[in-house]
Amino acid sequence: MNDLIIIGAGTAGLTSAIYGVRAGLSVKVIEKAFYGGQIISTVSIENYPGMPGINGADFAVALYNQAKSLGANILYEKIESATLSGDIKKIVTSNGVHQAKTVIIATGAKPRRLGVPGEEKWIGRGVAFCATCDAPLYRGKDIAVVGGGNVAIGDAIILSELCRTVTVIHRFPVFEAEQLQLEQAKSKTNVQFITDSVVREITGDKKIEEITAENKLNGQITKIPIDGVFVAIGSEPDNSMFASEIHLDEMGYVIAGEDCRTNVPGVFAAGDTRTKKIRQIVTATADGSVSALAAKEYLSI
Amino acid sequence: MSNLTKENFENMISNGMSLVDFWAEWCGYCRMLTPVIEEFQSKHGGEIKVIKINVDSERELAGLYGVNTLPTLVVFKDGEEIDRKMGFQPIEVLEEMTDRPERNA
Repeated sequence: MNDLIIIGAGTAGLTSAIYGVRAGLSVKVIEKAFYGGQIISTVSIENYPGMPGINGADFAVALYNQAKSLGANILYEKIESATLSGDIKKIVTSNGVHQAKTVIIATGAKPRRLGVPGEEKWIGRGVAFCATCDAPLYRGKDIAVVGGGNVAIGDAIILSELCRTVTVIHRFPVFEAEQLQLEQAKSKTNVQFITDSVVREITGDKKIEEITAENKLNGQITKIPIDGVFVAIGSEPDNSMFASEIHLDEMGYVIAGEDCRTNVPGVFAAGDTRTKKIRQIVTATADGSVSALAAKEYLSI
Repeated sequence: MSNLTKENFENMISNGMSLVDFWAEWCGYCRMLTPVIEEFQSKHGGEIKVIKINVDSERELAGLYGVNTLPTLVVFKDGEEIDRKMGFQPIEVLEEMTDRPERNA
């Protein structure tokens, strides 16, 4: 029996683990794929206080080493079901049953899909969601990036170094990405921008050949020959396995305030997966601390 | 491990068990795998050779072994490839990959 089980080893989950262990709790972290979460696809973190320009993967490695060396037990298992009501919380994974007195849900969010014809068919074979992971496959190729935030523009910069051409397609007239990053992307001669346009279709025969965009203002259709497309249009949570016990909002985020408490006593939510206005690394680490100390307080009552 | 060439790499993996990590400086998952590889090396470095290949400086080797996604982990036994996995893997998976021949024996 553990004092605390943390679901997810992203920024929030690993910070929860650090605070939990340091508060004297026995902590188990259950992660389905890889530690670090979304942060690893950021090449350079420019807004984390005190660490300007740290690489996202390096940040994740430092968090992981810190949590591990303190004694957090990190397991890589897929959760099949969870029973969170009652004094003893039960988590069933592919490897067995884990029990704890408290649980922190730190499941984060995953990349949102475009939902257009052709996308599903080409995922992993031309449709990609992480430029830092998959960029080498597109060396010398023509690539589209969909989106206008920091991730999209960051992807465009990475890809511009490797690819022949990069076409950024964004639905709005202006980009949400930070100004400095945007200027860097605009300074690349092989990057072009298509604004006010939405993707309608991704087509090809044996491989992706073309992406179709429609200008929202004048209805004009543009077909761009490409070898691949990187989708960077934000993220969405995946908490359906908790839905029978934990209150979620209409988007699927766990409803909890700044104290990270959910509707079930002893169950907390931390990081991007919690209902909140600002989703940043610094708010994820803040939740990690608050949720672990809330778990400690719950256990000592 | 300087001047890694096709010949001395083949020589290196020709006897015993080797775990080869194809990686690149700019690859996030590769960086995340590093502490896992180091943990593996400190636990099993006595019996298993752990070799890291930077695909940017060793493009020929990467091409020769068909590496087109990073990181790629390949296990060789006496020069023969016996297992391969792509992407981040926890230490349990690395141990499973390198244990397989003994377990099947």
